[in-house]
Amino acid sequence: MSALAAAPLLARYAESLFWMARYLERVENLARVIDVTQTFESPGRPAQAWESVVRINADEIPFRDRYGPPAPETVRRFYLLDADNPTSIPAAVSAARRNARTLRPLISTEMWRQINEFHGWVTALSEDDIAPDRLSALCTRIKEAVQLQTGITEGTFFRDQGWLFLELGRQIERADQTTRLLDIKYHLLLPSVADVGSALDLSQWHALLRAAAGYHAYRRVHPRGLTPASVADFLLLNDAFPRSTLLCLRRAEGMLDSLRQRYGLNVARPAERLEEVRAGLEERSIERIIAGGLHEFLDWVQRMLIAVSAEIGNAFFRDWRPDTPSL
Amino acid sequence: MSTELRARLDAPALAPSAGVFDGYDPGPYFCELTTPRPGDGGALALIVRRLAALSLEDFRRRTAQAERDLFNLGITFTVYTEANAIDRILPFDPVPRVLTAAEWRRLEAGVVQRVRALNLFLHDVYHDQKILKDGVVPADLVLGNPNYRAEMREFPVPFGTYVHICGIDIVRDEGGTFRVLEDNARTPSGVSYVIENRHAMLRAFPDLMQGITLRPVDGYGVRLLEALCDIAPQGVDDPQVVLLSPGIYNSAYFEHVFLAREMGVPLVEGADLAVENDRVFMRTTRGLSPVHAIYRRIDDTFLDPTVFRPDSLLGVPGLIGAWRKGNVALANAVGTGVADDKAVYAYMPRIIRYYLAEEPILANVDTLICREPEGLAATLANLERLVIKPVGESGGYGITIGPRASKAELEAARAKLLADPANWIAQPMIGLSVAPTLTPDGLRPRHLDLRPYAITGRDTWVLPGGLSRVALKAGSLVVNSSQGGGSKDTWVLVDE
Repeated sequence: MSALAAAPLLARYAESLFWMARYLERVENLARVIDVTQTFESPGRPAQAWESVVRINADEIPFRDRYGPPAPETVRRFYLLDADNPTSIPAAVSAARRNARTLRPLISTEMWRQINEFHGWVTALSEDDIAPDRLSALCTRIKEAVQLQTGITEGTFFRDQGWLFLELGRQIERADQTTRLLDIKYHLLLPSVADVGSALDLSQWHALLRAAAGYHAYRRVHPRGLTPASVADFLLLNDAFPRSTLLCLRRAEGMLDSLRQRYGLNVARPAERLEEVRAGLEERSIERIIAGGLHEFLDWVQRMLIAVSAEIGNAFFRDWRPDTPSL
Repeated sequence: MSTELRARLDAPALAPSAGVFDGYDPGPYFCELTTPRPGDGGALALIVRRLAALSLEDFRRRTAQAERDLFNLGITFTVYTEANAIDRILPFDPVPRVLTAAEWRRLEAGVVQRVRALNLFLHDVYHDQKILKDGVVPADLVLGNPNYRAEMREFPVPFGTYVHICGIDIVRDEGGTFRVLEDNARTPSGVSYVIENRHAMLRAFPDLMQGITLRPVDGYGVRLLEALCDIAPQGVDDPQVVLLSPGIYNSAYFEHVFLAREMGVPLVEGADLAVENDRVFMRTTRGLSPVHAIYRRIDDTFLDPTVFRPDSLLGVPGLIGAWRKGNVALANAVGTGVADDKAVYAYMPRIIRYYLAEEPILANVDTLICREPEGLAATLANLERLVIKPVGESGGYGITIGPRASKAELEAARAKLLADPANWIAQPMIGLSVAPTLTPDGLRPRHLDLRPYAITGRDTWVLPGGLSRVALKAGSLVVNSSQGGGSKDTWVLVDE
């Protein structure tokens, strides 16, 4: 092993890298979801689209306890301003910054500075900033702040084990978030099956693709037409789109593989779990998935990813004791 | 940013014609910029001319930008209130404090001498105790000191170095003489600001130092790592060094990060370390990995719950055992607090003479030791002119400032002195030197001190300059950041 490969990485640092990346990815995706939800608002049923945001984040109970039945204003506040809501953007940015603070000895000054400034800005947002006419611009800015961090990281962060843990977190979270983005549409469709295939429905599938930054990529694969099944296929199973769940899982497997090959880590258990969920995607066509219930499938992927994270935690973050101590 | 700081920066601008030095008068005090000093090669006058050419608006704008940078870079300490945690910067004053090459040579030699004496003293009090037997320092002062650690008796440390990192607080009196105010031999902090202040100056005032050669300040991390490798257990080829921090909630966390990064070593918390078979390991993604030297930034009593405070969650069970077995090095060593005690401070000139047979290069502030009859007599005769300090206290508690005390307070002090003379020392009021400092009224004199940092493994190295802390309130002598203090970049000139 080279000197670099032999350099140890504190388990606590690895865990913080993994979670910092996850929180940031979560922030970006939540901004995407909120942005697209506004375009889903339909006359007469404004609350419905926002309600589904609460549902895909599994926040029904905490939301109701704080704000009662979902209304557009309160859902926006819950996710954009409410630092006491652990799934809000300010809370996730604070969590990312807390991890970054732990990681300051490791990450570049430029990474820290940007996340620190981002945090200062996002935690100072007020009611005015989330008004409907400013919401899309705000979501764009939040999204770009995360993308800026991603770019700074790409350009400045040292490529050792730490990088692999960071990327592992990012890919797993992204895989998960794409299933949630898709699920928002599922919930929206469910109450009125009659709308399926209507003009309204198709424009919403367009919006969904745009929210995932996938519209033009989708068009390259499908120049004509747009069906819900082909959008779901693209977001879940495409092997070149960077936010497709399958691609993210393959990349996460690649990270584990590098951790094993280059750094000698024992990745067997998390790799096994990851392979299971990846194979679950690969061996099914979108038609089969939809026939079996899209929501149920997405739910399965999400539960499997939680299991993968737990195995990663056990293997590298908490169960530090190796079989034979290297004295 | 603190509100005081905001007020300082947002103050209404003076008319553009007003020169920044208009109305500047250091009074009876030594000024670190305008009092003429030989051998500066004209640098002082050049700096004054350049500063005078700036408008106050320009000054404020650049300073505000520099402070914003410090904040955004997270060069901050955290103040915790009940409701939340507020990050604050150490206020940054843009007028540098300048030391000539000759002044620095003397300071450097004085610091090296003092560190040598501190280490010899510590070695002695934990071994043969000759200095106590010879009656140079009273035995009860040392052996009865709460910071004397019996665990250290007869325990050899590499090169006899106990104080690997030392910060010595130095002031300059009205006559221009440097005097040591205090030794910090436990875990002195602040060195990160020395380097960050220089970076801030280079960003905000690059024109001010153009053509002036300064001693660089960026070698600290390398020297510190060398010292830690020096003291690592013998026979380890490539020792693993770590910095042990209480974690992100410690107010000095930024500095811990800074030093870990400068050294390129992991910053660990107590829970990251484990001791097995008297060896120290850190928990990594690949399991336990050996650790050979620890720069610890937590106090003695928190280091190891099996030896000191059993309730410490910051420490590592078994760490002291591993250290005593010689399997890991600790910097600073345990038990150095007995050497930087106020009561022992009074004896430092004698300690230097005793071990080194040299005169102290840096004077103490003249100190009357009231446990000695002549010291007590002189104190009682001059109460209204002296500062009377209890030796056991820290943080300025129990002090009577004679010139500012009422008759009743002086009588109370007299009674306490007579009741227990050994608990007291007395010093004259020192008129600390001043330096031009940015205030809402332009540049004004403010009192300041200097804390040079010395690193000692095999040998001692002193970081050129040190931390200049400045009391931002007019007339205040308190430079602590918790009480309205700020800091300045410290420039050490080189000989032309």
